[in-house]
Amino acid sequence: MSVTPTTPPKSWTVKVREKGVEALPPDKLLPDGQPTYVASWIYVFGVASIASLIVIIGSGCILALKGPAWWHETGVGHFFNSIHLWSVELFFFVMVVHLWGKYWMAAWRGGRGRVWVTGAITFLVAVPCALTGYVSQQNFDAQWISTQAKDAMNSVGVGAFFNLTNFGQMYSYHILLLPIAIVLLVSLHVLLVRRNGVVPPIELEEKLTAMRATSPDAQHPPAGAGEVQS
Amino acid sequence: MSFLRPKDNTQPWKGRYAPYDLVKELCIAVGVITLLAVLLTVLLSSPDDKPSTIAQWSHELPADFATTAAKELAGTSDTAEYGPPYNHESGSVQHFLFLHPQRWLGVSHPINTADDYVIKPLETIPNDPALTSALAEYKGATEKQKKEWSEAYAKPLEAYATAVEEKKAPPSTVSVNQSTGAVTVKASGAGPVPVMMTSLQSLAQSGGLEGGLVSSSQFFQTDYTKPLLFMADGGLLAERAEQQHLLGEQWGLMNETGSYPGQPWLWLYALWYQVEPMKSSPNADIQVLLIMGLLSLAFICIPFIPGVNILPRKIPVYKLIWKEHYRSEP
Repeated sequence: MSVTPTTPPKSWTVKVREKGVEALPPDKLLPDGQPTYVASWIYVFGVASIASLIVIIGSGCILALKGPAWWHETGVGHFFNSIHLWSVELFFFVMVVHLWGKYWMAAWRGGRGRVWVTGAITFLVAVPCALTGYVSQQNFDAQWISTQAKDAMNSVGVGAFFNLTNFGQMYSYHILLLPIAIVLLVSLHVLLVRRNGVVPPIELEEKLTAMRATSPDAQHPPAGAGEVQS
Repeated sequence: MSFLRPKDNTQPWKGRYAPYDLVKELCIAVGVITLLAVLLTVLLSSPDDKPSTIAQWSHELPADFATTAAKELAGTSDTAEYGPPYNHESGSVQHFLFLHPQRWLGVSHPINTADDYVIKPLETIPNDPALTSALAEYKGATEKQKKEWSEAYAKPLEAYATAVEEKKAPPSTVSVNQSTGAVTVKASGAGPVPVMMTSLQSLAQSGGLEGGLVSSSQFFQTDYTKPLLFMADGGLLAERAEQQHLLGEQWGLMNETGSYPGQPWLWLYALWYQVEPMKSSPNADIQVLLIMGLLSLAFICIPFIPGVNILPRKIPVYKLIWKEHYRSEP
């Protein structure tokens, strides 16, 4: 009687690793080259959004380390609060330019819809993240903005569980819950970009699609394809 | 589920590649943004106007404080008549067609303005027999009697506030000593209320009312709902806000104190409050939020909205974006 050798079932860890590497092999995750069409100032605004987020989180961590009252009492604290404020303003500015750029590039083409969706949701989550910062300032701005904006929250029932006049709750949202959501969304957004690659120019994509449809060697690259310029 | 697991029709790029250092690019971007943020900080700093306090309010605008406190006791202030999530009234309850989310979510932060803003703080004052007696008389009275006393006291103060607002001669029933912050109200039929309100004014001016209004039975407190709503019922915050261009008609939603940019990303949200029918609607907030909710959903779904998703092909801004590419590969 022969015994058929059985392969042991794959562990969850192995499955996750294999799926991860299959979806994003290292050279796709961190490539050292980009298609030649990735040559425009508009691409700067995507990385500038991430850079602004890093500065926001860095300055926010310093403010969090010293506590919410520190920046009112010391010049150094006020300096870091100002860095935090201006990096937020820069974040929104570069993110809006990035979004407009991606819209005019129709960057959702070629199965990249989820890239757009994660980017758009990031923008929408960033808005309450900033608002909770404004109402956590413990100054007159916080008093006025919280007492005015509460009516909008209350009108749709959100005020029942998201109380803008509750400093403790807003501070928690501002320094923990919403930043975690933003970092997760941005991470997902970047991973999707790396997975799908940068969207090609519109007419080029149409040309390639037409070539694929008419030629049995549809996957063959056009002349000069595959060359890495040095 | 095709949206969650769409067919991946991206093709690996078979054309030419150029070296591209993503990590270096990110490091340079972080450096540039940090430099820009430091530059803006050095040049412009950031606003930090001190918060208003109840003590400051009761000193600077004693009649306004007394009027507001009287309304809280009478149950006629904005907070007293607000509705959910603070109480079961309907003064600020909004709806849109059959949608009543404010009512549906109920009272989650209960506030009884007479108890929370007047009676309970007064009960913390020790060794004042006149006040103790006045409080006992007030608490022992019927609801109808309480209301009559409170309204009798509030009426001359409201007449005073109206006269001040309209820049007319104030009524003789109210006298205000601006230097001491004392308010004297001649109100017949107000029962023990004048004694109570004089004590409340003194308590507020001493700074004792601030802590008493923070809603928590614990030592550590972080919820400022009660003192903030009390102050918002009065005129001090609005007076400061008007000076700092923060009122609704000044697009205050997106502004902050001083000449700082505030939250310009809220411009579209603020815009709807400036146009009819929202501008004059008692349900403006829910209407604006529903509009913004729909627009936000549309924004997320742009790739899937016919017309909107082909506009970039029709208006060739992309030729400008990829002009280097089109120049090298016509």
